[in-house]
Amino acid sequence: MKTYYDPEDLKKFGKIADFQKPLADKFFDYYGAVFQEGALTAREKSLIALAVAHAIQCPYCIDAYTVDTLEKGCDEEQMMEAVHVAAAIRGGASLVHSTQMMNKAKELSM
Amino acid sequence: MKSLKARSNQFSNPEYELEVLESTENEGQLFSDKLANVGLYPLKPTQIEILQINMGKMCNQVCKHCHVDAGPDRKEIMTREVMKACLQVIRQHLVKTVDLTGGAPEMNPDFRWFVEEIRKISPSIKIIVRCNLTIILANPKYHDLPEFYKKHRIEVVSSLPYFTAIKTDSQRGEGVFGKSIKALEMLNEIGYGMPDSGLILNLVYNPAGAFLPAAQSALEDQFKKKLWDLYQIQFNSLFAITNLPISRFLEYLVSSGNYEGYMEKLMEAFNPVAAQNVMCRTTISVGWDGYLYDCDFNQMLDLKVAAQNSQHISTWNQQALTGREIIVRQHCFGCTAGAGSSCGGATS
Repeated sequence: MKTYYDPEDLKKFGKIADFQKPLADKFFDYYGAVFQEGALTAREKSLIALAVAHAIQCPYCIDAYTVDTLEKGCDEEQMMEAVHVAAAIRGGASLVHSTQMMNKAKELSM
Repeated sequence: MKSLKARSNQFSNPEYELEVLESTENEGQLFSDKLANVGLYPLKPTQIEILQINMGKMCNQVCKHCHVDAGPDRKEIMTREVMKACLQVIRQHLVKTVDLTGGAPEMNPDFRWFVEEIRKISPSIKIIVRCNLTIILANPKYHDLPEFYKKHRIEVVSSLPYFTAIKTDSQRGEGVFGKSIKALEMLNEIGYGMPDSGLILNLVYNPAGAFLPAAQSALEDQFKKKLWDLYQIQFNSLFAITNLPISRFLEYLVSSGNYEGYMEKLMEAFNPVAAQNVMCRTTISVGWDGYLYDCDFNQMLDLKVAAQNSQHISTWNQQALTGREIIVRQHCFGCTAGAGSSCGGATS
């Protein structure tokens, strides 16, 4: 193993069933159902997946959902806006905790 | 940008293209084997309903993905003599649909004469023109094309890869999007694409890169909303078409390192229902010089119909053509991937 991440490994995702089939089957059934058209369109779900992929910083997911969003008819501007949503939530999550810092600082200060 | 041919690029040579397509890297799956697995090989026509006529390779645009390798530097153009032979076939064999393509078919000096002659044969023949939109604004002599289309009840099919300038221009050339919107406004103004007008304006989406098109109906909804919200433009239907790996698109795939991945994707997405409905089963494609092909893509790969003594419009033999075997090669995976692809969009 030369690197931890190999793009070719993405194609082997289904192979996780080789070590534990019943759970893999359940997972892939669920996964497939999640991305079906529903109250949200398949396109909207793909954009959410792309944003989440960036939030969790999964290279496989970023690869997969860059292709998927393009194949759902999204353009680069929409894709980047989705990533900004992820960035805003991640950034906001850090910043909103600053209220704790502010509380503590005020508590300790004259 | 010049055409591949003008640049003497090896991808303008059909033999080289076929060599790349048959290369050992794609050894995994042969299209003919895939068809055989679903009982469709050899692939046979169902009924010849559509005559798709390539009126020449001359075009005012040089699109990056063009399978015709069309452009202003291409001089191949259909003569009136070949058109007369086409008219005879249309008349004798009751062709239901005549699909005029190019290049920009309107740049053929006999384009209007040809349309008028087709219309004289029957008022019910469906005449389609694959109009690139910008031709309408390219020269004052083309400004009245919308009225001409209307007069002869021509169905207009136009490429618009996306509803933004950046995506459209990256594929079709600088400034194409703005001119396309203007041309669409002109078509809408005289009734094309408007509800109940009977004047059909369909748009074509094809991906601007090495990926497959989205579901046609979802894309159509998106295009309709965006074009209306942004420009108050209306149209009838959107056809989602897959880019076939030939000519300029093949050259792009190979030079960008996307060839293997794209072919793999097409093969994995093979859809037997789409294979059942491929357009070559109902279409004959006529080249600018009158030679006959199973489709526009086979035409560009110089794969003439496998019908003895009926390879030219002047020697049309309905029986031989209906009984022929359709020539398939690896590029055909493009028409059977996912929801399928044809000049009329998805096929399943």
